[in-house]
Amino acid sequence: MKQRNAKNTITLNLIVVAVFFAVLIVIKETGIIASSTLLILQYIGIYSIFALGINMVNGYLGVFSLSHAGFMAIGAYSAALSTRYFFMAEWMFPVALIFGGAVAMLVGLLVAIPSFKAKGDYLAIITLGFSLIVQSILQNVRFVGASKGMNNIAKYTNIYWVFAFLLLAIFIVSRFVNSKYGRSLKAIREDQTASMLVSVDVRRNKTIAFGVSAFLIGISGGLISHLLGYTSPSAYGFTNIVDGLVMVYLGGMGSILGSIFGAATWQALVQLLKDLGTWRWVVGGGLLCLIMVIRPKGIFGYMEIKDLIRTAKERLNDRKQGGNTNE
Amino acid sequence: MKRLLMIALCLLVLLAFVAGCSNNAQTPEDESPSAPASDDEDMGDEDAATGGGVIYFGLNYELTGANPIIGESSVKGIDMAVDEINAAGGIVIDGETYTLDYKALDNGFNTDEAAVNAQEFADDAGICAMIGPNDSDMCMATQAIVTEEGLPAISPWSTLVELTDSPWYFRACFTDDFQGEILAKYAFEYEDAKTAAVLYDMSNPYNEGIATRFREVYEEIGGEVVEYLSYNGKTGETDFTSQMTKIASAQPDILLLPNFYEEIITQTTQARDMGYEGKFMGSDTWGDTSLLEWDTENLLDGALWVGHYHKDVASDAALAFIENYHELYGTDGDPNDIVALNYDAVYLLKLAIENAQSYDREAIRDGLMSIETYEGVTGTMTFDNGNGDPTKSAVIIQISDGEFKYLDTVQP
Amino acid sequence: MNIFVQQFINFLQLGSIYALNAISFSMVYGIAGLVNFAHGSFFGISMYVLFFISTLLFQLIESTWIVYVIALIGASIVTSLVAVIVEKAAYSPLKNAPKIAVVVSSVGAGMALEYLILNIWGSKAKRMPDLIPNVTFKIADINVPLFKIMIVVIAIVTMIVLTLVIKKTKLGTAMRAVSQDRVAAGFMGIATNRVVSMSFVFGAVLATIAASLYGTAYTIFAYNVGENIIWWSFIAAVLGGIGSIGGSVVGGFIIAGISILAPIVLPVSSYKDIVAFAVLIIVLLVKPTGLLGKKSIEKI
Repeated sequence: MKQRNAKNTITLNLIVVAVFFAVLIVIKETGIIASSTLLILQYIGIYSIFALGINMVNGYLGVFSLSHAGFMAIGAYSAALSTRYFFMAEWMFPVALIFGGAVAMLVGLLVAIPSFKAKGDYLAIITLGFSLIVQSILQNVRFVGASKGMNNIAKYTNIYWVFAFLLLAIFIVSRFVNSKYGRSLKAIREDQTASMLVSVDVRRNKTIAFGVSAFLIGISGGLISHLLGYTSPSAYGFTNIVDGLVMVYLGGMGSILGSIFGAATWQALVQLLKDLGTWRWVVGGGLLCLIMVIRPKGIFGYMEIKDLIRTAKERLNDRKQGGNTNE
Repeated sequence: MKRLLMIALCLLVLLAFVAGCSNNAQTPEDESPSAPASDDEDMGDEDAATGGGVIYFGLNYELTGANPIIGESSVKGIDMAVDEINAAGGIVIDGETYTLDYKALDNGFNTDEAAVNAQEFADDAGICAMIGPNDSDMCMATQAIVTEEGLPAISPWSTLVELTDSPWYFRACFTDDFQGEILAKYAFEYEDAKTAAVLYDMSNPYNEGIATRFREVYEEIGGEVVEYLSYNGKTGETDFTSQMTKIASAQPDILLLPNFYEEIITQTTQARDMGYEGKFMGSDTWGDTSLLEWDTENLLDGALWVGHYHKDVASDAALAFIENYHELYGTDGDPNDIVALNYDAVYLLKLAIENAQSYDREAIRDGLMSIETYEGVTGTMTFDNGNGDPTKSAVIIQISDGEFKYLDTVQP
Repeated sequence: MNIFVQQFINFLQLGSIYALNAISFSMVYGIAGLVNFAHGSFFGISMYVLFFISTLLFQLIESTWIVYVIALIGASIVTSLVAVIVEKAAYSPLKNAPKIAVVVSSVGAGMALEYLILNIWGSKAKRMPDLIPNVTFKIADINVPLFKIMIVVIAIVTMIVLTLVIKKTKLGTAMRAVSQDRVAAGFMGIATNRVVSMSFVFGAVLATIAASLYGTAYTIFAYNVGENIIWWSFIAAVLGGIGSIGGSVVGGFIIAGISILAPIVLPVSSYKDIVAFAVLIIVLLVKPTGLLGKKSIEKI
């Protein structure tokens, strides 16, 4: 019985992925939708990966980290440099992306170290310092263009790669979260001292969390620098930091669906409010406040998808049995 | 588990559809010309072709974000030009008269958005060209899209050299290289300055471009750059006293400040406070009369800067432009360089369309390339460099008696 | 020698402004328990209201002192009102929510306020009228403008007054109680909600004073003047130890010190940010609760 269920789930997953992929092919190749919408979709995908990465540390681990701008920059520039000098062929693009992610990951392992002793907002400042140092270095180093940024980067990113890596990110995060590592992360988030008492290796788990987080964020960086063929340090500063936080907390930290939804909602907000001219962010800011007041845990809160299914099933059962009770 | 994920992702795709399709570029509420702003993505050349239609261009501008003054100035220049052109009978192609109109999209001083705007313009078959962005960083983000989609683009204000590497990008102003060179030569020859110092914003490619070129040329012709200092404008730096201390102790003959005019008063005040006694020099970002209003201590007296135009040598058209500006927007200050360059950019577009006798994108590009001379309010432009850089003269302006006084014109 | 004295005065000036902002930020954090990302926009609003009132008054009155005081009072009132409204609308509904929710809410509030400023006053940068008479003294061969001295004096006076209020008045004691343990303070009969609102008012007044000093020192400002202040205040407050007024002062002066020293000492002045943050990180690694911060005992 169990085996059949497991097989069913895997087949179902594959079917879903295949269907979605087919939809994408249709969308892209037949030109049903405008290229600008396709571009926006790619942004949503890329920032979803970004948000998933941030979520690892800010959501599951519960650490207020502002290091994501730095990781994204590292990933973006590393991948761009690698496609310029080493992995020049187009089919090597995924290798370049993984390379970018790996470099970011290595740095991420280092950034984890301050998190052992420093807590809360003190750690936030350290991670903020890290991001701003990265931006500052990039603005100074002539080899990567300094403030002019890097131009003529190969434009290898397309919706298929974004989708593929998004799937990879979802896969990594969900496996991680459901593994013993993930559970220990949640334990650390809830009560670090208690988890230490039940022999959770806090240091190792924090390091792994930062590493995975940096890896995913780095990949999102690589994808974005190859999207427009241009990237510059200005994109990886305060604005990027704040945008990242908003995406993750808006969608719901500690929830995969939440991260993706947060990224999508943020993009939608940016695009839809454009017509309001200078009132755009008055309305946008107000909306952010409103959404948080209505759903303080973010739109999806801590809910994992299983919870959604369970709630949905319960509601369906209620409706079948209850009849005219709750509505 | 993935089942729900699929549903969710489908919802997102829908969301994005909504976002993309309903994102109508609209003309800004107040100053739109008489022609109606269409909502359709597909404008349909058929409309326009049947005698007396509307030709649309796209405006990619910085209305919100770090420097909204750029967007606001830009739209003023654009509106003035568009209204004037339409009042004078529009654009005539093959005997048919067309009204000029535009769709404006705010890029929020964000490279992602600037790119999406460019792509939206490119997708819209009814948009023949893009004017803007003004900021170099934003422009570079749109360069790949502009090139790939074959959308002629004119940046009124970006002086970054690499921009016109794309055969589809043009500009209405001179480049950083040109400006840096003029500054260096002027400093050395006119001001007789043998030593110089520079303080520039290293977070902006524009400032850095000019500073770099200045130093190159200045040292070539025999000057000595004694201090070459920078600051990070993106983190809101307002205290330059330490850099000024270093500069003051070196006492160079001139101090070059190729930075946005909003920062100049603070910088020069601090320079004098720290004891610097030499002269100041600036770049085209000094071009706003607010600078004079704010300079209550007359620190800038005698300072030279490179600009795009000045009333004293302005053509009649330019004088009319300035007068018109005052009528529309009040006499509180003259139109700054951004207004003037955006105005010229629209006229460049008109000229290109007329030259090509078509509003087809490729034809417009060729039309722009083939402009022999154009007398704009910001000077005479000739596109004879084989790319989108106009050969243009610059004016040297000296601040004296609290006014921008014309000093000289520099030919390339 | 002259240079040192001059730079020392600049250091005092910059440090005073950072310190006031850091205290403002820290107060709200310590008492209300939240990171107020809208702090920058409060700073911006007070700046613009100061500008508005003083420009208006200077057409009628000549004395700068009177104008300064009136403008200060007026701007404090307006900013406090705005702060309390934001607190009621965006923060207190979230008081039982995870702290992170307030971050997004405050970001939203800050954005909305900033763009409100843009829409009301326009995109053109403004110049603050001279709130302090334009007099320069010559002290030991150096020109010292009066305003630099006044900035430091005003800052010191503010800090002294604030410390007295916190230590001696009932409200101050209530604030200290709430910042130590909100729940227990409630049990003791303290109207915690009102205290929290008062902390916002204090924060707003401090921000207004800081804005007046900033406007005097740097004169030109635009709608987003508060954006970077928020980060530096946050950093200074954390560096000194959140919730500690003395710590905020120390933190503010350290940041100022680095800002002033780095460009002088470093070969390439653009490395200043890197050095500043590196120093910050090192300090926090050595003393994870900030320099004057209290070590919080974690309950098991």
